[in-house]
Formats: sequence, C-alpha cells, structure tokens
Amino acid sequence: MAQLIDDDPRIIEFDVRTDEMLVNMGPQHPSTHGVLRLVLRTDGEIVSEVEPHIGYLHRCAEKIGENLTARQWIPYTDRMDYLAAMNMNLGWSLAVEKLMQYQVSERARHLRVLIAEMGRIASHLVGMGAYGLDLGTFSPFLYAFREREKILDLFEEACGARLTYSYITVGGLTADLPPGWLRKCEEFLDQFEPVIQEYHALLTTNAIFVKRTAAIGVMSPELAIEYGCSGPVLRGSGVDQDMRRDGESIYTAMYDGYAFEVAVMKNGHYPRDHAYPPVPSDTVIGDCWHRFFVRMLEVVQSMDLVRQAIDRYSACKGPLGEPVKLTEKIPAGDAYLETECPKGQMGFYLVSDGSAIPWRVRARSSSFSNLAVTHELCRGCLIADVPAIVGSLDIVMGEIDR
Amino acid sequence: MRGPGFLEQLEHALPGAVSGSRLDALDPWIEVNPERVVDVCRWLREKSEVRFDALECITAIDWFEPDPKKAAKVTWQPHTELVYHLWSTASRVSIVLKVKLPRWKGDVPGQLPEVASVSGVWRGANWHEREVYDLSGVMFTGHPDLRRILCPEDWEGYPLRKDYEQPVEYHGIRGR
Amino acid sequence: MADFLINTVGLPEWLAWTITAFVAAALILNVIAGGALVFIWAERKIAARIQDRLGPTRTGGRFGWLQSLADGIKLLAKEDLMPEGADGMLFRLAPYISFCASFCAFIALPFAFDFVGQRLNVGVFFVVAVLGLEVFGVILAGYASASKWSLFGAMREAAQVVSYEVPLGMCVVVPVMLAGSMDLVTIAEKQAGWITNWYLFHDPFTFVIFWVYVTCAVASVNRAPFDLAEAESELVAGFHTEYSGLRWSFFFMAEYGSMFLVSALAALLFLGGWNGPIPVATLAGLSEGTGDTANYFVRLIGCGNLLLKATLGVLLMMWVRWTLPRLRIDQVMTTCLKYCTPIAAAMFAGAMLWQLAFPGGVVRGLSRPAGEIREGWLEGPGGLSPGRREPVPQVGAAGGMESQEVVQVVP
Repeated sequence: MAQLIDDDPRIIEFDVRTDEMLVNMGPQHPSTHGVLRLVLRTDGEIVSEVEPHIGYLHRCAEKIGENLTARQWIPYTDRMDYLAAMNMNLGWSLAVEKLMQYQVSERARHLRVLIAEMGRIASHLVGMGAYGLDLGTFSPFLYAFREREKILDLFEEACGARLTYSYITVGGLTADLPPGWLRKCEEFLDQFEPVIQEYHALLTTNAIFVKRTAAIGVMSPELAIEYGCSGPVLRGSGVDQDMRRDGESIYTAMYDGYAFEVAVMKNGHYPRDHAYPPVPSDTVIGDCWHRFFVRMLEVVQSMDLVRQAIDRYSACKGPLGEPVKLTEKIPAGDAYLETECPKGQMGFYLVSDGSAIPWRVRARSSSFSNLAVTHELCRGCLIADVPAIVGSLDIVMGEIDR
Repeated sequence: MRGPGFLEQLEHALPGAVSGSRLDALDPWIEVNPERVVDVCRWLREKSEVRFDALECITAIDWFEPDPKKAAKVTWQPHTELVYHLWSTASRVSIVLKVKLPRWKGDVPGQLPEVASVSGVWRGANWHEREVYDLSGVMFTGHPDLRRILCPEDWEGYPLRKDYEQPVEYHGIRGR
Repeated sequence: MADFLINTVGLPEWLAWTITAFVAAALILNVIAGGALVFIWAERKIAARIQDRLGPTRTGGRFGWLQSLADGIKLLAKEDLMPEGADGMLFRLAPYISFCASFCAFIALPFAFDFVGQRLNVGVFFVVAVLGLEVFGVILAGYASASKWSLFGAMREAAQVVSYEVPLGMCVVVPVMLAGSMDLVTIAEKQAGWITNWYLFHDPFTFVIFWVYVTCAVASVNRAPFDLAEAESELVAGFHTEYSGLRWSFFFMAEYGSMFLVSALAALLFLGGWNGPIPVATLAGLSEGTGDTANYFVRLIGCGNLLLKATLGVLLMMWVRWTLPRLRIDQVMTTCLKYCTPIAAAMFAGAMLWQLAFPGGVVRGLSRPAGEIREGWLEGPGGLSPGRREPVPQVGAAGGMESQEVVQVVP
C-alpha cells in the first residue's frame, strides 16, 4: 500500500506520510444535492481521488418514453431537473416540434421566453442558496427560497403546479396566463432587483466566501469542453457559448429580437452595466467563484429578458394556439436539439418510426457531463473543498440519473 | 457550415471509413464503419477544419421489434445503432455520427456487440459509454473503466433493449 | 453561607461546607442547564428572525417559550443508539467529560462580588485551563464512535482548539497584567466606576485585543464560522454524528455552557464585569457599608449586569453564526497562527509599554472617579470585601498575587 502511494503522482508531496483512508460521502450526506455518492480516497484532510457513484435516482425515464406519446412524456421531463421543470418541458417540446416541423404562434413564443427565463431565475436561486449551504451559511439559502417562493406562486397561478408544471408542451402551452399575472410579475421583478445586492453582500463579496471559492476547483476551458460541460460551468471557464445565441435555429428563433449578452467570465469583463461587485483579485477564471458569479449574472440577464418578454407578449394580440393532440403522429426520422437550461445544455434526442409513440427517446443531461469532471477538479483538494466544488457545478440528481 | 468539401476531405483523409451520409437531414449525419470510429472521431476533433471538440451525447438505438406481427412489417434488419452527437465550440456547428452494430456479436445472444471506445479522444466519453453499456449493452473495447453506471453492478440485462424483460425479483424486491 | 450554618444553625464545620458546596453546585448546574434551554430557544428565535422566518410559535404560548423543554423531553424519550463498532465505555463517557469540563469552569466564575462558587486566586487560569479540557470529550467522542466522519471532526477539533488556546491565553493575560491579579473578582472590581474604567477602553491595545479575544473565544467553543468539528456540509455532523438522545443533548449543553462562559469571561476581563457603565451604586453611596441588605441588592444588580453582558456576547455569536460561511481548516489555522497569535503578542507588548508610560491612565480625572478608593482597599492586607471594613481571614480568598506569594512562603 505504501508503495502505491509513493508511486501515485497525484498525491501532493508532504513530509509526513500517513495511511490513506476511504471515505464514503453520501448518498445520505447532507451536501451532495440529492443522492450522489462520492467515494473519497483521502490522506488526512487531503483528498487524493474522488469517484462519483450515481444512479440512486434512476427512474428509467427513457424507457418510459418509448411507451408513451411525445406529449405524454412531458410530465417525465418535469422530474428530470425538478428545479427548472419549465426549461425541461421547453427542451423536449422543441425537440419534438423540430421533428414535426411545427411552428408555435408568436404569442406562445414570447410566453415561452417569459416562462423559461422565470424558470431560470428560480433555478439559479436554488443553486445560489444551496451553494451557500455547502459552504456553511444557512441564511442566504432561505433568502433565496423566499424569492423563489414568489416565482413559484406566479407559476402556480399560471399552470396550477408549483414544482412539476407540464406547462410548456408540444405545440405551445397548456393555458394562457390569467388576467393580472403580468402586473404581479413586474411587481416581483421590481421587488427582486434590490435583493440581488443582498446576495452579493452575503455571498459574492463576503471575505470568507471568496476565500472558500477563489482558485478552488479551477477548470481550464479545454478541460470543460472535452468533458462536454455546458451552461454556467462552461461560461465560468471563459468559453463564450450560450445555446440561446449559438444553438439551432428553431431554438434561437425563439429569442429573435431579444437583446441579451451572454454572461461569460472573461478577465474584468461584464456583460452589461449593472451594479455588479468587483471581481476579487485572488480569483482565477474557471474557479468555483466564477461559476457561481456567472449564475448571479444570469439572474440579472434573465430578469432583463423577462421584462422584454412581458412587453412583447402583451403587444401580441393573436391567439395562443392549441397544443398538438395527445396522440399526434410524429413523422419518421430523428431529431436532436439542445436548449440552454439553467444547469447547462440539455439535449433531447427523439427517434420516430412514424407512429405517435417515439421509437427511442434520449435525454442528454447537462449535469451528467458536468459531474463527470468532478474527479479531475477534486484531485489534491481538501475535504472541505469537495462540497464547494460539487456545489459550484450546481447538479441535480434527477437530471443525472433520469 | 459543413461545406460541400467536408465529406470529401474526410473520405480523402480516411478512405473507406464513411459508409453513408445525409447532409441535408434535420441533423446532418455520417455513417461510419464500426472499425474506424476512433479514427474518424480523432480526425474530426483534431484535423478537420471545423474542430469538433465536444462530444455531447452517445445514444444507442435498438432496432428490434419483439412483436412478431409488427416485425413482419418493418423495413429494416434488426441491429443496434450508435449515434454520436458532436459539437464544435469554436464554429458552433454540430455533426452526427452513426454506427451500425449487430444486436449481438456474431448473432449469439448474450455476446455484446463491440466497438472501440472514444474515451481516448474525448475524456468526457467515459461516462457516456458507461451509460450506453449499462442500458443498451454495447461493449466498448479499450474503455478504461467499463462498469454499469446507473443500474446496480449486479443488475442483469440491458433495460433499453426492446426485448428486455424486467426481472421477477431482485434481492428480495418484487419486480413485476 | 457556610458561616451562617456554622455560627447560627450550629452545624459541624464539615457538614456546613458540604451543604454549601452542594448548594453552589446545584445553582451553577441550574444556570448551565436553564441557560442552555433559554439559549437554544433564543437561538431558534434569533436564527428564524434573521432568516425571515418565525421560529417556534406554538409550544408554550405565543413565542414558543417551551420549545426547548419539549425538545428536551423528546431527547429523553429517544432511543439510545450506539454504533456496533464503537468503544462502548469511551462512547458513553465522552459527553459527560465535555459537560463536566464546561461545568467545572463555572465554579470559579464570579457572577457578582461574592457570588462565586469558589473564589480562586488563579481564577483566570483555572477557567481557561478547565475550559480547554472540553476538547477531550470531543476527541473521545470522535474516536469512540467508530465513524470516519466523527474521527475527522475530532481531529479538526483537536488541532483547532489546541491552537487557539495560545492566542486566547495571550489575550487573557493582558487584563491580568493590568489588574496585577489572576483573581477574576479582583480584575472585575478594578474596573469599577465609569465605563471608561473598563479594560476595553483602557488603551488602544486592549481595545484591539478584545476583538482578538472574541475571535479566539468563538473558535475555541466551536461556533461558526469556526464550527469545523461539526461542519454539517462536510462532515455530516462531525464528532457527534453517531450520538442521539440525551448524550447528544449533553454535548449541546456543554456547547451552550461554554459559549456563556467565554462571554462571561469577556465581560469580566474587558467589559467591567458586574459593574455597570455608570457607577450608580457608588454615586448613591450604597457601597459604603450602608448595610447588608443594601449590599446584597447592589450585588444582585451586578449579577444582572454580568448576565446581561454575557448574554449579549452569546447573541453576538449567534448573529455571526447565521451570517457567515464556514472557514476551511487550513484557513482556520492560518487565522490563528498568522493573525491572532502575532496580533495578540504585539498588543500584549503594547499594553505593557502603555502601562509603563502612563501608569495611572491617560485622562486621570475622568477615568478614575471611584476606582481609586477601591483599589486602595483591595490591595490592602487580606483582600477585603467592600461591604465589610474589618479584615476577615478566609480560606482561599486571597486578594491577589501578593497574597499568594505569602501563602507559599508560610509552609
């Protein structure tokens, strides 16, 4: 055993040699975001190797999809990333629409943008709050949930559900917004804007928070791309890619005419002139702090998009349109579409043999790829850094295990 | 994006690797010989004009109809199809690779079809291949750590195959 | 009280002392247990208010007064679990060691002039030393639990607490130096008078060192942001992962007891002890021997003063806990070894030089109105209490270091 350690170049050189220890972190561990199990090989407090074990939440969603029609599978997409179910609904709906060559009405398009961006804010709030929890501060988590509750209230009013919405569906949305909803939404945005500064004070610029996240779990752009990382994880490494701008036309057409700048971390670069705090000097591009900060930027960006969508939606006087039939036949062929979900690029792949029931459905999960990089990031860090790194990836086990 | 010269360049660099293609489909795809997957992937990642530096997804589709009535009507031969979705971060274009494999190696049930692993090309392929192995039963040769990833390690069968039968009992838990 | 039992009731001396000791112990135990109940309730309410929640609202009326009591009953009724691989004896022993350490330190803690379990002429030393013993319970718990997470928690606790004892000791030495005594009663009594007499405002160095003391005290009682031994997001629950029921609650009582203790110590050493910011009693002429009842009343108010200050200290710790993220173990050690220890050392030297340069304080007229007289009494022979003029020879009630030396010479 001692020989093994001596030969292992990944173990940091120290004067004192101790025996290594295998520690099992999870699946019941409080900071593993669901049921993730990490097996740590540690030398005292120093982690030499991390091996994630997944599958505790595997619910055979893809197999179920082969036995249901495309629209019937929508509720199962809710249960993938249950923190951003709206965006999951949208991803699958668009993938099916891509294969059906279906175009939703203009009103439905703007409503989808509005709802999806609200979903993004809600998801990032959880990501942010839970990250604080990972680092040992409890209050920001509840502050985040306080605001998220308001979004959920709005969602509940729109579609009747607070977690698994099934609101956006193939061919449009299940219902139009109730009267007065837009006003409430605007009130929420006005009220929410100053709260972001509170989060910046408690987390982003907090000295201890910066110390815990700066230069920890640094991911180079090459590594991120090679592992297929996406979303804030990729943009936190300085790769300028956002499917809302760079994706396929059926998805980017949805954001046609919307002004937004991709939140990507370049040195000292800010997408817009909002009152952002300065980047602490000891952070480096691609560390936990930047991944976290991208999410904070995206919250502001999404608020901006929601405001634009409210204007456009209320200007649209046309009908919302009806969603497709539950048993609508899908033309034979296959289509793959990636959408920009809060956690990253969520891809849905649909193979049809011409019947209403897809031959094969596949969900390419962003958290799956983001988590796969954990063992590279955690090499040689301290035990306390493991929750910090895994938390900064903002994974949702429902999406990884499907 | 993928100009007319793209396919010719690939043919020129790796003659005989491409066995079919359709670049005007919804998702343009190239069919690759199973033996040449790694070569093609490496070429696409490192040599082609558009560097496909990200592997987004690997999917296995089981083309098999267990119902004999319906099976008589299908137009295809039973096979397993591997679909690789590649993405280029710099050029922001995608390409799809398709690989046709037999359902069982040598048509002996229980013998998993084999294809070379691309985890040497993209490290991120590691987990995707494990998932395909776990759920669809494709053996990736040269994979550094081919184990089940979502199902328990002692699980039997490959759930995403069309002829998969749920176990009656698993460690005392009733299955059906 | 012992005097009363011996002289008035006529009990034999040993019985009188035993009864006194038991009464004192029971009182202190009640302070800890009752204090823990109140503080746990307060923590829940304060945390809730900080986090935009309500906290307990139903148990025992509108404010959930009885919530901690209900929790205590629940803990009593819980199944007593012990991991299979645990070292049974040590596992059972650990919480009591923790609790006892916390409890013992209270013995030497004066609540007001004569309100002290046992007045010791090395009171400061005793309190800090015994409080440091609490770490044994934690280490034992971590070791005996047969859980890797517990072991990590124990090792962290050991490293952290032992390191923080150093700067903590240095901080504590400064008031000792200023007062010229290790007796907590003397130290507090020297700060009598106006608020400017408090050692916090004695000179700039003591002001700085008070905040170093606060940092070290929070670290040595394992409160956030230094709660590494039980870091729930990293180590599940750290050293008490495997504990449940009453034993677990003993750890909690020890924690809250220690919190109160270090806060009370801060109040005694830096914040004037039981003396209020304005010497109301002296101005009213109460402390000039106007009678036992009046004196008793003054002391009772002093006791309230100290409790208030200590409670404010505990509330500060709660506020910090619910605001800040947790440090990492290496950062905790860096804070201790790179910042706290050198700063404490420098401030110690600074306070010493200040004392040499301005032995009587800077603004003499303002800063020492009543204190001067008292200093005169206390440094007189025998260490007198201000209430009684005649010297009373007492066991273990020496007035300071000088008396201690005398005691050593006699045999």
